[in-house]
Amino acid sequence: MIAPHDDLRTPHDDLLAPADKPLAPLPARRDPRGDIVLGAVVIALFVLGVWLVARLPAPGLSWWTVAIAATCSSACGLVGCYLVLRKMSLLGDAISHAVLPGIALAFFVSGEITGVPIFLGAMALGVLTTLLTQALRDYGNVPEDTGMGIVYTALFAAGVILVQVGARQVDLDPGCVLYGMLDMAALNTTRVFGVEVPHSIVTLGIALVTTLAFIAALWKELKIASFDAGLATAMGFRAMLIHYLLMAVVAGVTVASFEAVGSILVVAMLIVPGATAHLLTDRLGWMLAWSVVVSLLSALFGYALSRWLNVNVAGTMAVVAGTQFALAVFLAPRHGLLVKWLASVRLSLRIVGEDVVARLYRHEEAATGAAFDATQGGDGEPQSVWQRWRRSWAIASLVNSGLVRRAADGTLLLTAAGRQVGRSIVRAHRLWESYLERHFELPLDHVHEPAERIEHYLGPELQTQLAEQLAEPEQDPHGRAIPPS
Amino acid sequence: MSVLDIHDMTVAYHRRPVLWDVDLVLEEPRLVGVLGPNGAGKSTLVKAVLGLAPMAHGTVRVFGEPVERVRKRIGYVPQRESVDWDFPVSVLDVVLMGTYGRLGWCRRPGPRERQLARECLAKVGMEDFERRQIGQLSGGQQQRTFLARALAQQADLYFMDEPMAGVDAATEHAIFTLLGELRKAGKTVVVVHHDLRTVEQYFDYVVLLNMRVVAAGPTNGAFTADTLRRTYGGRLSMLEAVGDAVEARERA
Repeated sequence: MIAPHDDLRTPHDDLLAPADKPLAPLPARRDPRGDIVLGAVVIALFVLGVWLVARLPAPGLSWWTVAIAATCSSACGLVGCYLVLRKMSLLGDAISHAVLPGIALAFFVSGEITGVPIFLGAMALGVLTTLLTQALRDYGNVPEDTGMGIVYTALFAAGVILVQVGARQVDLDPGCVLYGMLDMAALNTTRVFGVEVPHSIVTLGIALVTTLAFIAALWKELKIASFDAGLATAMGFRAMLIHYLLMAVVAGVTVASFEAVGSILVVAMLIVPGATAHLLTDRLGWMLAWSVVVSLLSALFGYALSRWLNVNVAGTMAVVAGTQFALAVFLAPRHGLLVKWLASVRLSLRIVGEDVVARLYRHEEAATGAAFDATQGGDGEPQSVWQRWRRSWAIASLVNSGLVRRAADGTLLLTAAGRQVGRSIVRAHRLWESYLERHFELPLDHVHEPAERIEHYLGPELQTQLAEQLAEPEQDPHGRAIPPS
Repeated sequence: MSVLDIHDMTVAYHRRPVLWDVDLVLEEPRLVGVLGPNGAGKSTLVKAVLGLAPMAHGTVRVFGEPVERVRKRIGYVPQRESVDWDFPVSVLDVVLMGTYGRLGWCRRPGPRERQLARECLAKVGMEDFERRQIGQLSGGQQQRTFLARALAQQADLYFMDEPMAGVDAATEHAIFTLLGELRKAGKTVVVVHHDLRTVEQYFDYVVLLNMRVVAAGPTNGAFTADTLRRTYGGRLSMLEAVGDAVEARERA
C-alpha cells in the first residue's frame, strides 16, 4: 500500500558509500557508545563526589545536609521536566515566588510554620497564579508573559510584606525565604520511628514521594497533555485540569524546598536538571531519570564546593547544576555541539574525497593521457592550511578504502571500485545540470556550481527518479555524455 | 441516527464570531472534505465540534449523543505544527497515545495496545521506524505517524486537520487510499483540505466554508464553479462589518 522509506532522504553518511548501496538501513537501536561513555563518566563523578564529601569534617551532619539537598533537588528536577517540556519554565519561576502570600496567610491562620496548611495555602496560590495569568490573557488582552510578570511579582511582594509583618512576632526571616538555609536545616531534628532525623528530610521526603506517585499515577495523562493538549482534551483527558494539577504539585514541591534553597534558587532546581536531561536523551522516562542524576550530582558537588568556599549551599548547587547544563550543551552524545561539529567535519571530508574521485573520473574520461595531479585544488584557487590538510586526509582515506591508489610516480589513479563511485557522482552532477537547465532556465554557465554542491546528495534512488523525469537523457547541457548508472 | 449533527453553531474568539451559524448534518458515513480560503474557519469548525474552541451558540451531536459522551468514538488528527516534535517520545509512543482514550484515566497501555499500535504503524508503512524519536522523521513520516495514532483510536468518526500539509504526492495518495478503506469500513472521515485539484478524486462529500457554510453536499452536486466562486471570492463584507460591531459593543 504505502511503500516504506519512500520519502526518507538520508545522505549516506559514511565516507564514500558505494554507489549501488541502498539507502541506509535503519538500525534498530542507535549507536550506544556515547551513552556508555556518559554512564561511565557519571559513575566516576558520583564516586568522586562521595569521596569529597566523606573527607569533610563532621561527616554525619554533612551526609544529612547532602541528603536534604538531594531530596529537594530530585523532587524539583522531576516535576521540572514537565515544565521544560511544556515550555513553561517561567511559570515555575512565577509559581515559586507567588506562593509566598499563601504560605504567610496559612501561617497566620494555623500558627504553624510547617505542616499541611502551609502546603494547601501554597498550592492554592500556585493554581491562582496560573488562573490569573490565563484570565489576564483571555479577558484582559494582556500578553501571557506580561501577565505572568505582573501576577507573580505582585503576589510575591504581597507575600514579602505579610512575612515582614508576621516576622515581628515570629521567626520568619526574609533572607531565608530568598536564599534558604540548607546549612542549618540538618540541625533542626525530629524523631521519626525512634530515629533522630532532620525535620526537612521528612517534609522533602513526603514531597518527593508525592511527586513520584503523581507522575506514576498520571504518567500517560501527563505525557499526552504535555505533547498534544488538543488530542488529550478531545479524548476526554482535560488538558487544563492536568495543567492545574501539575501546577499544584509544582507549588507544593516549591514550598517543601523553601527551607532548603529559598524561593529564588528553587527555580534553578526546577529547570536546570530537566533542561540538561532533555539534551542527554530522547525518551521521557530516561529524561526523568537523568534529571534525578543531575540533581544528585548538584547536591553532592554543590555541598562540597560550599564547604570549600564557605558559602551558601543553594548557591553552589545552582552553579554546579548550571555547569552540568553547559557541559551537556557541548558534550551531549546526540544533541551536543561537539557531535554536530564532528558530523559536519566528516561530511566535508566526504565531499572533498568525492570531488577528488570525480575529477579523476573526468580526467580518465577525457583520456588525454596527460599527467594529472588530483592532489591539488579544483580551479587552482588558493587554499588555506585547513583546506590542504582536509584534502590530504580525504585522499589518505580514499587510498585506505581502496577507491584510489598511488602510482609509482605518486600520481593518483582510480581503482575499479573508485571508478564506479566517480561515475555515480559525475552522473549525479550531469543529471542535475540537465534538471536545472530544464526547469530553472538558467544560462549554461550557471548550472555547474549548483550541481557541484548537489551531486554529493543524489543517491542512486534520486538519480533514477531524475533520469526518469528527464526521459533518460544521454547528454548534459554542455553536450557531455551522462554515464550510465 | 445521523453521524454528525451540527445545529446553529457559532464560534467566537474574544466575542468576535469567526464562524457563523453552521448547520451541517451527515446522515451516513462519508469521506468529507472541508474546504475554504485561509481564515475561513476550517480548523475552528473541527475544534469547536471537539470542544477545543469556545462555542458561543449551538449544539453538536455525534451519533445522536452529546460529544462528551461519545469521545471514545471520535478520532482526531491535529495540525502537524501544533505539537513539539522535539518531545522525547518514540514513534511507537505517539501511536500508543491513540489507545489512551479507550483505556481511560490511570490505566497504562499493555501488550494488547502495543500490538494494536504496531499494526497501525504497519498500515501506514512505518513499522521500521517505531523506535525513532519523532523529530528525526520527515514531514511525510510525521504525518503518517499521526495517521497511525488516529487508527489506533479505533474511532467511528475522524477529524483530520490538514493531514496533507507537507507531504509528498506519493504519501498523499497512499493516505487517501487508507482513508478510502476507512470509509468503506463504514467510518466517517472529515478532512480539512487545501488542494482543490484533488477534491473530486478523494471526497464523496464537501463542505465549502468561508466564515459560514457556503455549500455542503455530495461532491458532484456541491462542488461547482459557482459554489467555489462564492467560497473563494472574498469575505462577505457584511459578516465582517457585523463581526466588528459585535466585538466593539461587547468590548465597550
